[in-house]
Amino acid sequence: MLRRIKGGVHPHDEKKSTDDKKIAVLPLPKKLFVPVHQHIGQPSVPVVKAGDEVKKGQLIAESADGRGTPVHSPTSGKVTEIGNYPHPLYGKSPCVVIESDGLDQWQEGLLTDRSWEVLSAAEMIDIIFKNGIVGMGGAAFPTHIKLSPPKDKKIDTLIVNAAECEPYLTSDYRTMIEYADDVIKGTQIVMKILGVQKGFIGIENNKPKAISLMKEKCKGKKIEVVELETKYPQGAEKMMIKAILDKEVPSGKLPMDVGCAVQNVGSLKAVADAVEKNIPLIERVVTVTGRTVKNPVNVMAKVGTPFTELFDFCGGFRGANGKIIMGGPMMGMAQVSLDAVVVKATSGIVSIADNEVDLKEELACIRCGRCIDVCTMRLLPNVLSILSEKGQHQTAQTDYNLMDCVECGCCYYVCPSRRNIVHYIRQSKAKNAMLRNAIKTGSK
Amino acid sequence: MLLQTAIYAVLAMIGLGLIFGFFISFANRKWAVEVDPRIHEVDEVLPKGQCGGCGYPGCMAYAEAVVTNPDVPPNLCAPGKEAVAQKVAEITGKKAVALETKIAFVRCSGTYGKAIRTGVYKGVKDCVSANILVGGDKGCTYGCLGYGTCVKVCMFDALKMSPEGIPVVNPDKCTGCGKCVTVCPRNIITLVKPEIMVKVNCNSRDKGAIVRKHCQAGCIGCGMCAKSCPYGAIVIDNFLAIVDHNICLEKCSDPVCMIKCPTKVLRPAIWGTVPGFEVKEEKV
Repeated sequence: MLRRIKGGVHPHDEKKSTDDKKIAVLPLPKKLFVPVHQHIGQPSVPVVKAGDEVKKGQLIAESADGRGTPVHSPTSGKVTEIGNYPHPLYGKSPCVVIESDGLDQWQEGLLTDRSWEVLSAAEMIDIIFKNGIVGMGGAAFPTHIKLSPPKDKKIDTLIVNAAECEPYLTSDYRTMIEYADDVIKGTQIVMKILGVQKGFIGIENNKPKAISLMKEKCKGKKIEVVELETKYPQGAEKMMIKAILDKEVPSGKLPMDVGCAVQNVGSLKAVADAVEKNIPLIERVVTVTGRTVKNPVNVMAKVGTPFTELFDFCGGFRGANGKIIMGGPMMGMAQVSLDAVVVKATSGIVSIADNEVDLKEELACIRCGRCIDVCTMRLLPNVLSILSEKGQHQTAQTDYNLMDCVECGCCYYVCPSRRNIVHYIRQSKAKNAMLRNAIKTGSK
Repeated sequence: MLLQTAIYAVLAMIGLGLIFGFFISFANRKWAVEVDPRIHEVDEVLPKGQCGGCGYPGCMAYAEAVVTNPDVPPNLCAPGKEAVAQKVAEITGKKAVALETKIAFVRCSGTYGKAIRTGVYKGVKDCVSANILVGGDKGCTYGCLGYGTCVKVCMFDALKMSPEGIPVVNPDKCTGCGKCVTVCPRNIITLVKPEIMVKVNCNSRDKGAIVRKHCQAGCIGCGMCAKSCPYGAIVIDNFLAIVDHNICLEKCSDPVCMIKCPTKVLRPAIWGTVPGFEVKEEKV
């Protein structure tokens, strides 16, 4: 029986253009702009300076407050500058600029060959932290924090998020097809770290090849492959838990509160690489696609590769571009510059043609309630957007569970008035955060 | 029968009223909370704009603080200016301290024609919202986004959005409460003395070349002003001119720096006089 969730939408999946294309290897870019700010929280602090020689896999930035993750050099070469360059998520952000020497030499001590079975959980968490592994689904949350829950929270199930519900993207799908063994190994490693006995791999039923391959590979292991209905946002972690285990994460709580851990397939491959071969997270699979891209591809791109290099590799554009989005078209971030670079969270880059973009002004809410029907978190998006418009951000938080919104964008997708509901909600969240900070620091 | 019921009801209500009335008057005598009468006197004096410029949530809170806490100065009410400060000092018996009049000043001149926009912004028309999305649609990461969050928050009608996309301050109406200063996500607005001539109309700490790329009207940190100033009132810090206004006011009568400035970032920015900043009078 298909497992399903309430609400959600069915956008065109548009995955046909890249789903049978092998992961290509991008020619080595001349210059890499590696951002030290990879995920929310404090940016990491560079430990190299201009003029330093770096090797592939060498540590170039360290966490400032111990909660972040380190960043490593994606290739060998020379650090020419540490300066502010476009970041796909945070505007301009400090980057370590590395001029490649074309040799791509690994640092000594990497590429080991050890077995995960002999390592203890604590050792493996340390390895994962040192290799800068983050969640590669899109939020880039540090994996070592997810894998070390507080003592009083008992985790009994691991869910591997392979739904890839975002339209256009096929990077997780290709990872599953081409690195199936690594993904399974990563799953086993994480299961050992968390001490769980049961693992699930949730895959949407529009990827039958991946489902049959994973089922075959999981034989004899304590991992079950679950077929899910193709629906957006099936890949949100709370939706995965609801669909697979029929458990609901309580308001304001985390998956660990219902004894679950959710990991993306990409991160599991990175975990396997880090634990067995000691390879830091320096490259990832990126889907470069869209109707205006000449040859859409899945490509293994190094962190810090400018988007222009990726589009050049695809043979450039045909027709006029409306916008370029980093991530999936539903939750991704529209870019202001093609000089932005691949970060650890870049699962895809989608170009939207100009006739597909709707730039009309938003209208008033007509209270049709479509957003309420599709909201998978069972919130009232129309009320939240109106409260935000009127500046009542605190009311939204206290009375309408503002913080439970996962910003999946279904409400905006169905809104007949084209209201920027998600943006209103994000505005409320940002303003409440500003207020909290003001209270904390005691300023006026 | 009907009349009887009505009489009973009336008697019962009167009886209840008397019981509760006696109880309330008793409670009022017995458990009365001593309130300093001066608090209400101060509250009467304050302008009741509830702007929060003093740092307290509303006028009553400030009145309470200034009466009960001896460390709270009597001159915190910016909208009330000198007169209110005097009266508050009289009531509280505190020493009257001279109140510095300050008004808001927008440190950006990147109008639509001068500063480039890198993208089309189709989100919520609010600066904080625009700023959380990849830092807004303006090329300059320090400049005014022009969605008017400060204009909306001003309760004295002192800020107006010019058609050029930069808010302008009306010095007659601005009380210096500082509300706009706190809401601006890019910290562009500051409070300055109204009589100051030389103001740096830019907030960009980028290098000159980058500023030039994004905006024709930005401070490029060339240092011409610092060299030309005979009193050493201007320094360049992080590619941005910083003016020491105290030296300016004391010593300088003929500012050469404004003539020397190649991008004309140093200028007075007076309401209604600066080119491109004229705001038409509203019809009453």
